[in-house]
Amino acid sequence: MEPILFCKGGGCTAKLGPGALKHVLEKIPRKNDPHLLVGFENSDDAAVYQLTEDLAIVQTLDFFPPMVEDPYLFGQIAAANALSDIYAMGGEVKTAMNIVCFPEQMDLNILGRILQGGAKKVEEAGGILAGGHSIADSDVKYGLSVTGVIHPSRILKNCGCKEGDVLILTKPLGVGIVCTAARMKAASSEAMDQAIRSMTQLNKYAAEALKPYEVHGCTDVTGFGFLVHLCEMLSEKYSAEIWASSIPYLKECEEYVEEFYLTAAAQRNRNHVQEKVDFVNCPFYMEELLFDPQTSGGLLASLSEKDAQCVKRELEEQGFVCEIVGQVTEKKEKTVIVKGDK
Amino acid sequence: MKIDARGKQCPLPVMDAKEGLKKAAPGEVVEICVDNEIAVQNLTKMAKHKGLEVESQKKEERVFFVRIQAAGEEKEAGKQTELTAQEKEQKEEACIPDGRKTGHIVVISSETMGQGDDILGKILMKGFLYALAGQDEIPETLLMYNGGVKLACEGSESLEDLKQLEAMGVEILACGTCLNHYGLTKQLAVGNVTNMYEIVERMTGARHIVKP
Repeated sequence: MEPILFCKGGGCTAKLGPGALKHVLEKIPRKNDPHLLVGFENSDDAAVYQLTEDLAIVQTLDFFPPMVEDPYLFGQIAAANALSDIYAMGGEVKTAMNIVCFPEQMDLNILGRILQGGAKKVEEAGGILAGGHSIADSDVKYGLSVTGVIHPSRILKNCGCKEGDVLILTKPLGVGIVCTAARMKAASSEAMDQAIRSMTQLNKYAAEALKPYEVHGCTDVTGFGFLVHLCEMLSEKYSAEIWASSIPYLKECEEYVEEFYLTAAAQRNRNHVQEKVDFVNCPFYMEELLFDPQTSGGLLASLSEKDAQCVKRELEEQGFVCEIVGQVTEKKEKTVIVKGDK
Repeated sequence: MKIDARGKQCPLPVMDAKEGLKKAAPGEVVEICVDNEIAVQNLTKMAKHKGLEVESQKKEERVFFVRIQAAGEEKEAGKQTELTAQEKEQKEEACIPDGRKTGHIVVISSETMGQGDDILGKILMKGFLYALAGQDEIPETLLMYNGGVKLACEGSESLEDLKQLEAMGVEILACGTCLNHYGLTKQLAVGNVTNMYEIVERMTGARHIVKP
């Protein structure tokens, strides 16, 4: 039997470019329904549909090809990534369905391991697996369609940030770079372990820490990288200053960027927003980290500095990463200014 | 040194180039052939970051050449940087990250598409321009003459699609004589006015003409 390459460079690096997608979405006719509280007009994380005065459902779907060799870990990562969109909206996970593409001639035990990994994360999220759909395909792809619930007044939209807010990021950047280095057989096992820990970690804990506070804008950092997601959050109303020295990242990335273990997706992200971003005394590796597509990345939230300090303290006490990485400012010529020296 | 990295996904073309540059003699030019613009951009980024001279050229669809000069002898490097004005122009044209197909033009000579029923013809033409704006590969130029110019004027239902094409870099040219004939000279809302010399030149020079 022909050996099948399981991992060909997947995860969120396999996403279509933001430019291409925007172009297509703009052409789709839309129906007006006042119950659809969040649709795709603001590039938000998930759709929210109001059912009753105090209840809305949050729906999302995410799947992608493997970015790690171990099918059990891949299942966990794909599920954590799909579940993340519910958390980024402030919702609570209820049901999940598997979506699977799998080659007919491949060992079914591999599929079993993927699904076990996914199921483990759905359970951790407090949800229940309720079914799924599978297709025979030339390459492996896996993910979840997730439904959650939320109170209509507690939705965390992308774009509600206020001037003076600070921005927090709850996972280190660089998983795209580390996975690419690993694909080139150049990543250290420590770096890869750190990346896997980060990718399999649910954003549930960060979302729970944010819940008691007034969060003005929230998204999860995924395939479009930190800067594209940040630009979406700021829309045309505000700008932000980012402090490069505060950005958490997987330690060996500096070295991997120098070796140019960079993806096409990162370059597409750069092409998409580079006109809106000004790098001031910012090292090249940091630019690449900020454009790096993240698989199952952390939450990026905008809230008052006082609240942000509390969230940071809480998450750090539980052993999670949480850094205050910048501040929302009035609208300037550039949407984002990244400062190398604070 | 020549490296063919077509069919390879990033970062592989960059890895191949790095390997090539390592083996290259000082000042030697390593030429990498790739099949997409993103790879060109990643190679250029790598070369610039390493302070190496780099130039790129789009040879044809899905064939791009990136030439990087290995570090070394100053004299060679100096020679390489002095590009003639013509070369510079070529270089700038070389790598536009878009889907325009070189030498492809679309000619719109009427408000309608096909013969039979004009109401249907108008609907079809509107659909054609809409679909054209959604293609991965778009023409370099869109020529409009006779009744076709009406589509580029105020009130046309295709304006949005034409503006989109223009934003993607498609050159839109409307026949001046025709605009004048229909009294629409001041209503042109997208593209530029052209004349018969230019229309003839574009059509005879085209590699491929699409006429709905």
